[in-house]
Amino acid sequence: MKFLISMHINPAVIDALTDQEKAAIGDGHGKFIEALKKSGELITTQALVDPSQAAVVSVRNGQPVVTDGPFLESKEYLGGFYLIDCENKERAIELASQIPDTAIEGLGVEVRQVMFADGQLEA
Amino acid sequence: MTAPVIEDLLRELTPQVLGALIRRHGQFEGCEDAVQEAVLAAALQWPAEGVPDNPRGWLVAVASRRLIDQMRSDHARRERESATANEVVPEDVPDTDDTLVLLFLCCHPTLTAASQTALTLRAVGGLTTAEIARAFLVPEATMAARISRAKQRIKAAGSSFGLPDGADREERLRVVLHVLYLIFNEGYTASSGSELHRADLAHEAIRLARMVHAQLPEDGEVTGLLALMLLTDARREARTTAAGDLVPLDEQDRARWDRGLIEEGIELVKASLAGPALGPYQLQAAIAATHAAAATAAATDWLQVHALYLILERIAPNPMVTLNRAIALAETEGPPAGLALLSTLDGDERMAGHHRLLSVRAHLLEKTGDTAGAYEHYRRAAKSTASIAERRYLEARASRVRT
Repeated sequence: MKFLISMHINPAVIDALTDQEKAAIGDGHGKFIEALKKSGELITTQALVDPSQAAVVSVRNGQPVVTDGPFLESKEYLGGFYLIDCENKERAIELASQIPDTAIEGLGVEVRQVMFADGQLEA
Repeated sequence: MTAPVIEDLLRELTPQVLGALIRRHGQFEGCEDAVQEAVLAAALQWPAEGVPDNPRGWLVAVASRRLIDQMRSDHARRERESATANEVVPEDVPDTDDTLVLLFLCCHPTLTAASQTALTLRAVGGLTTAEIARAFLVPEATMAARISRAKQRIKAAGSSFGLPDGADREERLRVVLHVLYLIFNEGYTASSGSELHRADLAHEAIRLARMVHAQLPEDGEVTGLLALMLLTDARREARTTAAGDLVPLDEQDRARWDRGLIEEGIELVKASLAGPALGPYQLQAAIAATHAAAATAAATDWLQVHALYLILERIAPNPMVTLNRAIALAETEGPPAGLALLSTLDGDERMAGHHRLLSVRAHLLEKTGDTAGAYEHYRRAAKSTASIAERRYLEARASRVRT
């Protein structure tokens, strides 16, 4: 079964972390990725740049309108995701709980099953 | 011999050759690579040069040579090299079919079901890692890691190559049947992605079940599982519309059911029910046969279906079985009786928010005339399923009861 584990970050929370804490998160993700690769459960993972770098695009009367900044006025934004293929939902939750973000107040991860997929898996 | 015939022959011989090699050399990983190479060589040579008189012996000889070459070139294994390099490839190959032993090894209990499935398809099914990855819609690297991890686990478990005895053997056979059933369902359940590869999985599961049945014809559950697969697969064409929408059993065009598969399935069910013990696959096959035997949906012998579910519930209690029995009960005693049985499942954690429970309840509510309740449950069921085809079907039912 395929699941998307999406990581919701709060830039203010991340900024408040010490360098050491930030490095520990990085290490934790590195180890997590290695373990997922070994077990054959990782499909892909992607991390997104800071939400302040986002462009919001809309088309009005056939003309694109581009504005800066994240679409939602929210504290938490999508920071990245893991796409995994594992035995069942329990296992997906177990894996998600190994993500270092889960140990930090103000950061969260969400697990949802994939319903449809298309495109190049190897891209 | 034409290429497809050679392909079939190779599919059949691959596990036998792998079994023979593992029996002699003991190491799963190296043997498997060597066999894949030998099979590739055969696939290239045989169509042009003809199939050798003893194709199995040819493959064993080539694979053994590859394995020894591989050991020789492996510096870390210098020690072992001196022992095996002198080993002469024997002219005559023992005529035992190790396919079943190999299948038992692939379904090793220390592996997860996903790994058992992948390893079985690779080692016994003779599918390439790329083919298996495509069938399960994961990257090849993901599938390669899973298969390689599975082989390491088997090695670490120190498994000997041979059929387990007595109760162990019985238990391992249950695992094997479960894995084949999982492969079949992966292929049969309509979900996202390319339908073609999925259908291939169902056919592969049937092929492997036929093979196990040929070796263990007396085992009722093996016979039952094969029958269940054939009877289910017989309905494939009628199960979806051209647009890919699901068609429920009672609305399927029975003229499109595969009569050949149904007849074969029913014969197998009859044979298996004559045996001493009854197992879950036999009972499910008997239920499928009862549906298949009805000329129209209205002619279904629901009393018999209900009785079979009752026995199944007794020998293998499971909320899904109770759910299915509720459908049969609603047919024989009316929807309120079915709904009453469904309510016994409400406390079951395994069924909480399950789309099957929601959708069956919706169906039965619709039949009692409670359209508001039916609408609500169809909507909730649509949200709970991970299958697009199923969601479309449930949403269509929901809008139908709303108007």
